[in-house]
Amino acid sequence: MSYDTIVVGGGLVGAAIARGLCKLGEKVLVLDEGDVAFRASRGNFGLVWVQSKGDGMPEYARWSRHSADVWPEFSQDLLEETGIDTAYHKAGGAHLCLSEEAWERQSALIKRMHNVHGAAEYGAVMIERKELDTMLPGLGPDVVGASWSPHDGHASPLYLLRALHDSIARSGGEYRAEARVEGIAKEGSGYRVTTRAGSFSGAKVVLAAGLGNRSLGPLVGLEVPVFPQKGQILVTERTEMKFSMPTLFVRQTDEGSFLLGDSHEDAGFDLTSRPGIMADIATRAIRSFPFLKNLRLIRSWAALRVMSPDGFPIYQQSESHPGVFSVNCHSGVTLAGAHARTLAPMIARGRLEEPMSAFSRKRLHVQAH
Amino acid sequence: MFKRIKATETPRVSFSFEGQPIEASTGDTVASALMLSGQTHFRNTPISQSERGPFCMMGVCFECLVEIDGIPNRQACMIPVREGMVVRRQKGAIGVETE
Repeated sequence: MSYDTIVVGGGLVGAAIARGLCKLGEKVLVLDEGDVAFRASRGNFGLVWVQSKGDGMPEYARWSRHSADVWPEFSQDLLEETGIDTAYHKAGGAHLCLSEEAWERQSALIKRMHNVHGAAEYGAVMIERKELDTMLPGLGPDVVGASWSPHDGHASPLYLLRALHDSIARSGGEYRAEARVEGIAKEGSGYRVTTRAGSFSGAKVVLAAGLGNRSLGPLVGLEVPVFPQKGQILVTERTEMKFSMPTLFVRQTDEGSFLLGDSHEDAGFDLTSRPGIMADIATRAIRSFPFLKNLRLIRSWAALRVMSPDGFPIYQQSESHPGVFSVNCHSGVTLAGAHARTLAPMIARGRLEEPMSAFSRKRLHVQAH
Repeated sequence: MFKRIKATETPRVSFSFEGQPIEASTGDTVASALMLSGQTHFRNTPISQSERGPFCMMGVCFECLVEIDGIPNRQACMIPVREGMVVRRQKGAIGVETE
């Protein structure tokens, strides 16, 4: 039994690519580590976010925008195929500024991003408090204004992951859990992938194992300098729907919970919720929306972003191992549309085409040791 | 439907559920006291309004939510009964005042 492509990793990145490959008629196997995996997908905040992505890397700015552009159809296709609604809303997104200084900083970023995208294509604007009050209810006195982009939105990472896996199964793709990859070796013109659940042959291999790519890459001539960046999230009890527009720190899910988030820590592989950061997250959320202080928190978690040294994704194909690719990013929800609909066809054709060359690891000039 | 394994000597407390008086033993949780009195419909869900009652009885599933003394979304399985407690069904999502 030989597969066209073996995808290593069953999170949002691997599942989006596998789903795209299945739709192109490929015979696909997804090898997943299991419940012990760090699984950034289960801890994702759920933003489809464009406005601040790619400051300093225009290709990433345009790639994020491209993904947001295809998201509505991508989500609709998944719904029609699987009956699972990803709860995607392209309601626009707001980055609230809680001081004049933050407003100035954000204004400068938005100006830079206009230059990155080309002013006509970017579409993000600074919105002063008075107008913002007509867009979001319950803003606190500290909110000066916000940057806002019509391309931003949000979705449920968990429903998205479930829909992708359901679609893979319906399209004839295979999935193996508890199949942590332990070896990848050349076999004829393809590869033999050895796992705890047996070994499998495929013409092509995609490494989409998140932080696991760091140790898998060297097996196939790829250096993958990714490291964990911890983020924590707090979840409130469910309430009536107050707003469908997400903000960078606070969003309300379709079920009515508010998610409060956006912390960034260098804490190694530590996955514990810590009170200091939780207090910071809650404080900023309450400054943004004071009514949140009356809600009970029912859950919290931490997860690990898959970060590169410059914060931008790394897409690469192996020179020593043709047909082997690695995909690394921290925005598995935002980029799911682009991964399924644009990246997967390139992988099916056997090579990364433009604009992907800009995302090679070579841009980083990282020392090998 | 539910009954105690053995009668306890602990003092009795009384509280109300949806306006009906309920007798319980000190140390009972709200959830166990309600189920011992035959109540299984604790709440209606925010999305489909379907009826729900306790499932895990250990604070994990959030199926047993009730309103206690005016405070919504309390976990009945985690809270001991107190004399005079006023307990009501949790009817869907709570309202929030944003003004």
